[in-house]
Amino acid sequence: MTALAWLIPLLPFLAFGLIVFFGRRLPGQGASVAIGALLAAAVFSLLLFFRLLGGAEPIRSTINWLVLGQQPLALGIQVDALTAVMLLVVTVVGSMIFIYSVGYMHGDPRYPRFFAYLSLFAASMLLLVLADNFLFLYVGWELVGLCSYLLIGFWFERPAAARASLKAFITTRVGDVFFFAGILLVFFNLGTLGFGQTFEAVESGHLSGGLLTGIALLLFGGAIGKSAQVPLHVWLPDAMEGPTPVSALIHAATMVAAGVYMVARLFLIFFSSPDHTALAVVAWIGGISAFMAATIAVVQDDIKRVMAYSTISQLGYMMLGLGVLGYTAGVFHLMTHAFFKALLFLGAGSVIHAMHTNDIKQMGGLAKVMPSTYWTMLIGSLALAGIFPFAGFWSKDEILTEAWHNNPPLFYVGLVTSFITAFYVMRMMFYTFLGEPRWAPAHESSGHGQGTVVHPHESPRVMTGPLWFLAFFAAFIGFVGAPFLGSPFGRFVRFGEEAAVPFDLRIAVISTAVALAGMGVAAALYRWRWLSPAAVRRAFQPFSTWAERKYYFDDLYGWTVVRGTVWASRVLRVFDIYVIDGFVNLIGVVFVGLTRLYRVFDLYVVDGLVNLIGWGTKALGGVLRFVQTGRAENYLLVIAIGVILLIIGGLVR
Amino acid sequence: MLSLMLFLPLAGGIFLLFFRNPRAIRGIALGASLLSLYVSIVVLGRFDLHGGMQLLESYSWIPAVGIAYRVGIDGLSLPLVLLTQLLSAVSIVYSWRVDMRLKEYMFLLLLLQTAMLGVFAALDFFLFYIFWEVTLVPMYFLIGIWGGPRKEYAAIKFFLFTLIGSLAMLVGILLLYFNAAPRTFDVLSLIQQQPLAGQLRLATIAFWGFFLSFAIKVPMWPFHTWLPDAHVEAPTAGSVILAGILLKLGTYGFVRYSLTLFPQVFQQYASLIAILALLGIIYGALVAMAQTDLKKLVAYSSVNHMGYVMLGVSAAAFAYGKPDLAPAATTALNGAVFEMIAHGVITGALFLIVGVIYDYRAHTRGVDEFGGLGAILPVYSGITMVAMLASLGLPALMGFVAEFLIFLGSFGVFPGFAATGLLGIIITAAMFLWTIQRIFLGPANPRWKGLADMDTRELVALVPLTVLMVIFGVYPRPLLDIINAAMTTLVAALR
Repeated sequence: MTALAWLIPLLPFLAFGLIVFFGRRLPGQGASVAIGALLAAAVFSLLLFFRLLGGAEPIRSTINWLVLGQQPLALGIQVDALTAVMLLVVTVVGSMIFIYSVGYMHGDPRYPRFFAYLSLFAASMLLLVLADNFLFLYVGWELVGLCSYLLIGFWFERPAAARASLKAFITTRVGDVFFFAGILLVFFNLGTLGFGQTFEAVESGHLSGGLLTGIALLLFGGAIGKSAQVPLHVWLPDAMEGPTPVSALIHAATMVAAGVYMVARLFLIFFSSPDHTALAVVAWIGGISAFMAATIAVVQDDIKRVMAYSTISQLGYMMLGLGVLGYTAGVFHLMTHAFFKALLFLGAGSVIHAMHTNDIKQMGGLAKVMPSTYWTMLIGSLALAGIFPFAGFWSKDEILTEAWHNNPPLFYVGLVTSFITAFYVMRMMFYTFLGEPRWAPAHESSGHGQGTVVHPHESPRVMTGPLWFLAFFAAFIGFVGAPFLGSPFGRFVRFGEEAAVPFDLRIAVISTAVALAGMGVAAALYRWRWLSPAAVRRAFQPFSTWAERKYYFDDLYGWTVVRGTVWASRVLRVFDIYVIDGFVNLIGVVFVGLTRLYRVFDLYVVDGLVNLIGWGTKALGGVLRFVQTGRAENYLLVIAIGVILLIIGGLVR
Repeated sequence: MLSLMLFLPLAGGIFLLFFRNPRAIRGIALGASLLSLYVSIVVLGRFDLHGGMQLLESYSWIPAVGIAYRVGIDGLSLPLVLLTQLLSAVSIVYSWRVDMRLKEYMFLLLLLQTAMLGVFAALDFFLFYIFWEVTLVPMYFLIGIWGGPRKEYAAIKFFLFTLIGSLAMLVGILLLYFNAAPRTFDVLSLIQQQPLAGQLRLATIAFWGFFLSFAIKVPMWPFHTWLPDAHVEAPTAGSVILAGILLKLGTYGFVRYSLTLFPQVFQQYASLIAILALLGIIYGALVAMAQTDLKKLVAYSSVNHMGYVMLGVSAAAFAYGKPDLAPAATTALNGAVFEMIAHGVITGALFLIVGVIYDYRAHTRGVDEFGGLGAILPVYSGITMVAMLASLGLPALMGFVAEFLIFLGSFGVFPGFAATGLLGIIITAAMFLWTIQRIFLGPANPRWKGLADMDTRELVALVPLTVLMVIFGVYPRPLLDIINAAMTTLVAALR
């Protein structure tokens, strides 16, 4: 069984290696290998899941990855209830999206590479959920970030895709630094990276107080980045530049939920912080993200961006659930959301595949042309809106019930958000599938049309198959948490011995009514056209402008962080050239100058002295030359004068 | 054994002087280098993990003043020796197409190999100093003869900068020598004697003498400005060796000598040096981001990475005399030494990568002049991405293990500094990804349509480095066990 657990991430990783090196020579140009590996992983996950369900002990397995000093750093994997659920979500949803991609990516020049990246992603994500320690968690965390980067920029020839991939990586890395600091703080205080030892320290009170809150908040910084929560949410909408299956798998169902998973996995750390401070922060960040992103989703015309903001909003919902002590509720919503949001994205992909545009205002009336896509997306939308009995209803209801009991203000935030959610998803459905077509059907003569002249068609089986599969789950998976069935999910995945807040029929009725109201308003505006949407937009000034401008986050970051960093780097470059290197060169110049000075000194003083002596000797010689005349009488005269002088000298003395 | 390894390259270098045929010269050069690499692998096989300093050789040389030929190897020098061998062989392979004054070129490369190996293996200060100085000469000529347009300026700057440092170190060495009893240049005996332990003022002077020399070599901020110039002008193989190994001479010196000979003084100034290291980390990354010349960009990223190494080393120095910090110090040192190897492999590869595009293809290194190469050169882009991701510290690649350990260790000693240093990993990521975006992503620039992907020579040089990045990134233990044994001993001796 332990080997099975290790194989789960290893199989997709091997698929990645095979596809990178052999690519097109593999069956299905690599796609079959990728799908086969992930399906095998799904089967293994299922085996482990049922084993745990049967009451077996969680699996643990460690290796000594490193030895530091005398102390080995034992790292490994574990499979408990939470991990088992996540394994299933990743492998099942992943398999569907892999299969769908065969149709969606058909004919792409880098087709094998797409499946290589997807496989690497699956391997990293599985490692992330299997990790029993901070290091493996962080490694998986960064590697899914890498895959996200590679896949957002998969069509890197498009400058927007290249920019979006960079933005995604850097923004999440800002969060990761906090996460990393949190890990360092844990290791600094406990000398371990294992979750088990950390939890023991928390339970024994060894790690407590403000320090614990600090650790929890630093770790949460990573979750804010990864799960695109305010204020680090800005990367996710841009990430829609990637191919749609990527958006479905990474930017909706799995990777972005890693932040939520992390909070759930480390729930004890958050839970034990004094007065639940850390959890309150989680709840409020989640609530704000849920509300804010939902309002932005209302004004988006790009079908994928509607979904992207919806994802931020729903992730916020999960955070809210965890933050109001609803451990089970948050994880439950994570699971249901993975199914219905993947479905919605794949449906959107099917639409884009047919229409070659993302703009819902250029669609309309597609329900007749693409029935499978329409009906499956409708199921997904109802699940997202939280209508009984679809999946989203059960999990959303649990979150609201928990909020009602533990943090009433956030209950209202959640309720308003659920109204807006139902509204924007129906707005999208009406624009896309109902009403009159706003595109001109291509006639036989016009052939390949331009602009809105298109020839929409239902997608191939390989794409609609996964849609129906996921639609089934989106419709019925909620029942695993149904109170009248005894909440099996809650009994399987729970935190400690704490019982979840009991089901409350009033809240279920209220939340359903609110969601129905949201759908009704959407219908009134976009189906029955009782009011013009433009007029409503004007009535809601200035909020609608704020929402359209995405609350100015992008502008703020662009003007401060991005420009600030680029400016700093340019200034420092100049500083480096002219100040530091200038100083070095100055020293050089001074030394060269000094040597010049020495040269002058040499030339005029040292050499001058030498020359002076030479010149003096020569001059003296010139003068003395006249003395040597060669005439004997002159010499005799000198001698005579000398003798006379000597005699005079002698007499005087 | 060690001597054989040391002098094989030099012997090969002398031997090839008798040949005229370029193929023979290349063959001999590669043969000598590989033979020496083979000997070092045999050394690795005989290496005893817990044997401390081993394979010692000692021959009397100038006994009157206590100078002897002493060499040996331990867990600190062995990885660096292997790195030297690897990068030297890679450089020779990469230089297969050099035809200008080939004989001198190969001779200088081999001389350099011997000198660098000598620095890591020497256990006598006199011998160490000779090897240390000899490394300057071949590099000076490599830059000065085979370099770019401003080669004379760069070569002189490199030479003078490092020479000034060397002279300062000589003062330190002499101070040690004259205060030892009996006077000796034997490193091991000096470490045991701690001749300056009682004389704080002299120890301080000697420490800063060594510091200046090592800090220039590393290079630490603000002594780094020789580096970009030297790199930009040096031929590709020269850059690879310069960044890959010569910089490590400085950090090796800090760990081997400064830490063991002047622990008190180092401890006293550790915070200051950590601040310089932090400046290197953040400043280096930011200045790298503003570069438009790819080679300069990589050069500044070295300043950044060597900052991480020095952060780890200074954390270890600060922990001197504090037994409860010993585990953190060991971790930090492990990270620092691992980073030396990781940086050698990664940045060595990055300079080869710059060479691949510049030397025989585009003849330009302007980051902004490319764009869309990802579609034209898939293999080249793939290898570059792996190397750059490794450099920015992506998990499962070598750079991450190093940075992780450095931060893990130094956080235990300098929490504030380590947290500040974390900023560096954001900037480095932004810097490299922005570079990738400008070179490989976006619409394909029609100017480079006809560019050929990598050839065999380049693949032979780059693939081993790339494979190492992955292997030691996923499972660092084989390498780290060697380092860890030596660092544990070192920290235990400091306590």
